[in-house]
Amino acid sequence: MVTDKMVDYPQFLNLMNKEWLVNHKVSEDKKLELRLGPPGEALDYNRNTTHGTKRAFQHTAETRTGEKEWPVDTTKNQCQKISCIEKIGDKVNLPPTPWSSGSTIYSAFSKDTKEEPQHSKASFFQNLPVSKKLAGMAEDFKQPCSPRMAVGEVQFADGKACCSLATADPDASTNITSNKRIEYSPVVGWPPIRSFRKNIASNSLSKPASESSNDKDTGGKPENPKTQLFVKINMEGIPIGRKVNLSAYNSYEELSLAIDDLFSGLLAAQRDPSATQNESKAKESAKAEAGPLAGSGEYTLIYEDDEGDRILVGDVPWNMFVSTAKRLHVLKSSELSTLQICSNEKEKAPFDPAVHI
Amino acid sequence: MSEQMSDDDERQQSPPSDLDFTSNKARTCIVTGSVSGHTEFQSPYPDQVLENVLENVLHFLTSRRDRNTASLVCKSWYRVEALTRSELFIGNCYAVSPARATARFTRVRALHLKGRPRFADFNLMPPDWGAHFNPWVLAFAKACPWLEKVYLKRMSVTDDDLATLAESFLGFKELVLVCCDGFGTSGLSIFVSKCRQLKVLDLIESEVSDDETDWILCFPEGESHLESLIFDCVEYPINFEALERLVARSPSLKKLKLNRYVSIGQLYRLMVQAPQLTHLGTGSFSPSEIAGQGDQEPDYVTAFAACKSLVCLSGFREIIPDYLPAIYPICANLTSLNFSYANITAEQLKPIISNCHKLQVFWVLDSICDEGLQAVAATCKELRELRVFPVDAREDSDGPVSEVGFQAISEGCRKLQSILYFCQRMTNAAVIAMSRNCPDLVVFRLCIMGRHRPDHVTGEPMDDGFGAIVMNCKKLTRLAVSGLLTDKAFDYIGRYGKLVRTLSVAFAGDSDMALKYVLEGCPQLQKLEIRDSPFGDAALCSGLHHYYNMRFLWMSSCRLTYQGCQQIARAMPRLVVEVIRSADEEEMDVCVQTLYMYRSLEGPRNDAPKFVTIL
Repeated sequence: MVTDKMVDYPQFLNLMNKEWLVNHKVSEDKKLELRLGPPGEALDYNRNTTHGTKRAFQHTAETRTGEKEWPVDTTKNQCQKISCIEKIGDKVNLPPTPWSSGSTIYSAFSKDTKEEPQHSKASFFQNLPVSKKLAGMAEDFKQPCSPRMAVGEVQFADGKACCSLATADPDASTNITSNKRIEYSPVVGWPPIRSFRKNIASNSLSKPASESSNDKDTGGKPENPKTQLFVKINMEGIPIGRKVNLSAYNSYEELSLAIDDLFSGLLAAQRDPSATQNESKAKESAKAEAGPLAGSGEYTLIYEDDEGDRILVGDVPWNMFVSTAKRLHVLKSSELSTLQICSNEKEKAPFDPAVHI
Repeated sequence: MSEQMSDDDERQQSPPSDLDFTSNKARTCIVTGSVSGHTEFQSPYPDQVLENVLENVLHFLTSRRDRNTASLVCKSWYRVEALTRSELFIGNCYAVSPARATARFTRVRALHLKGRPRFADFNLMPPDWGAHFNPWVLAFAKACPWLEKVYLKRMSVTDDDLATLAESFLGFKELVLVCCDGFGTSGLSIFVSKCRQLKVLDLIESEVSDDETDWILCFPEGESHLESLIFDCVEYPINFEALERLVARSPSLKKLKLNRYVSIGQLYRLMVQAPQLTHLGTGSFSPSEIAGQGDQEPDYVTAFAACKSLVCLSGFREIIPDYLPAIYPICANLTSLNFSYANITAEQLKPIISNCHKLQVFWVLDSICDEGLQAVAATCKELRELRVFPVDAREDSDGPVSEVGFQAISEGCRKLQSILYFCQRMTNAAVIAMSRNCPDLVVFRLCIMGRHRPDHVTGEPMDDGFGAIVMNCKKLTRLAVSGLLTDKAFDYIGRYGKLVRTLSVAFAGDSDMALKYVLEGCPQLQKLEIRDSPFGDAALCSGLHHYYNMRFLWMSSCRLTYQGCQQIARAMPRLVVEVIRSADEEEMDVCVQTLYMYRSLEGPRNDAPKFVTIL
């Protein structure tokens, strides 16, 4: 895939061949990703911009060598947590979807040659090969042969090298990638979709036309003000409770599976103390036991809402449940009749398996 | 839906007449005897008659362009026009001050204000930039107590502003907030409780914070005058019983758009109360209980069939496609259908769309794929407006729609006037085909989501496609470009896009020449928004002759420098040149992150936040 253009920019080749750079960048970017948004922190649109600028440079150098997933994967979890910051009342403005993490190469111009240690230590490493590349390319572009160099661009030749990349990239992208493109890091506000349109896949309760909505969780639930909604969950008969992050799930089914997972280990431990030595073993045996547990109707899931009432899980739409549930309880179904439960008026005789674990 | 967002159906607006420095039109008065009232020897009687006649005649003038022109004839006409203008449109709230507006137009009944630039919707600007409704509501409260209608777009409205609205204007009738923010349910509560004459409350794509006040319950008891209640953007549950009672006592209700916390069962109950509806937003369109199948399902089909006047259907926020057949009875009457929140397949769409012969406006998700679009093309011969939104708005995902669906639409829907199409891949051939098949196009917005994507078949830039659009679509006023574009594309736009008023550019062009072509070639250009394109100061200077004719220019992440922008600011005193940087950046950088400049009579605004520098 080496074309003439690439021969002109040996730095390009070097960068593409350097595995260390790929790996390094991925891990550094993971650091960057984490730094982007501890939960609840007000995200400034620019912080993403400046972080992203460094990353953007990296991306122009790289092809899709197994890196394709990284902006999605590494940011997915983070975005799940921090995407909900677009809640209105908090006046936090930025929905940090995967593409909100950075501006484009063009906007990096003002920052690429500067060291900005407070933004990211990782960027220092990124800057090194980048500036080299820039310097190399800037030199190449000082030649007057490029027809697309407008007069006005000369002013940038001294240090910013803004223009060179700009003119380079459309070329580079079409030469290097005929039908595919160079991987770009995500960008603020692109594609131009308003935030309330972004979470279609995860919000719809229907079977989505494409693959499961879990993979497409680009933003989480906009109405949830908290980035992580951890609530306590206690299972009857087990003295130690767990905590579960409601905003990590999209449906009752997912939640019940997760709760199943959470308690299977503990259940198994209670039944067979020796199995706790090896956690994975415990999980395995627990899973063997959990098989019949799930869907058996042996347990019922209850939640406490913000008024303190105990309500059967499953009545309200998932999103409403997440916003009102404060605590969860897993009770043995046989015990239900003895409890005073504030449930809905309708008596549902066959309990929905989604609600049971 | 036709009222939303698009101002492409607005008529051409000549520069506002109060910017007298732009107009060299002679102020000769062609009406005898009424020159400023100076001439002493004229008896007042002809003057009076003339003005009365004028007043009566001008009452019939509704278009603001015509009114602007009429006001330039002479001072008498200016005065009378100002007295008779009942609907005041201000496209940029910072172009004039509230004081100036109320001083000139004293009998305004309707105020239409627009605030933030459109790119702010995509987080390209920090919040709290401005566009506050507050000074306007205060000024109008004092000067124009007969104000009945307020339409705001992209403005910040506080709860206090809503309270002021309700308290200061006794006959207040209509409030429409599009893409606004800054208020919550408590403001709404005060507003609805005090506006006894309220006919229209439309909250469209606005952010409403939850102050946990039950605003639906605050509608006054007794018969309501409500004709339109739109709250599908409210992301909190509402008091359904109160809503049901409200609908029951609103015999004039024609438009009702519910939010996604209203289940389909609840929708049924409302529809039964209001079969006279013409516009319906269905809410979630799914049942509230996960397990409710055992219960008796209401007869949704009959409920829809009873709504014989229904022409506009939207909602479907959390659709369960099994319920779609309920809308079969009204498909044949629909002129507007919004499925843009409904993640449905082509198979699920086909039975619906095959009956929608009268459909003119269709918004949909790309989950219907090219096949779904082909079905639309086969049936909807009256289609005027199509918007295809992506389910998965990322650059690298597989696109379910492509040039295939695009071309099918162009071949089937010849009357198409407006298209917004998100896709991952496109070809010049398909765009050229559309330019030939759909000559009535007024709005053409193609968003190829991958940046710098060429024609995926030929590998060529998308220049020829967009070139064909500006060449063949002679009525084109709004254009948004994408994909790999060289300066050539902009050359075409400058040469052929003579009616283009709004142009959106992102990640396009090679050099300053591109911007020059546009600024020198498009005389009607009013709104230009550019991001991430290699245009610098030289290009900016090439538009000096035109900037006073424009509403605004937005350029972000381009190659502008401080000095360049300062040059413009010095050369054009009536232009407000704002340099917007990121909120946490302290010092001024040589390179400008965002430039937003607009003409204004008032000079630099006094409410600019710290991250804005006005040159």
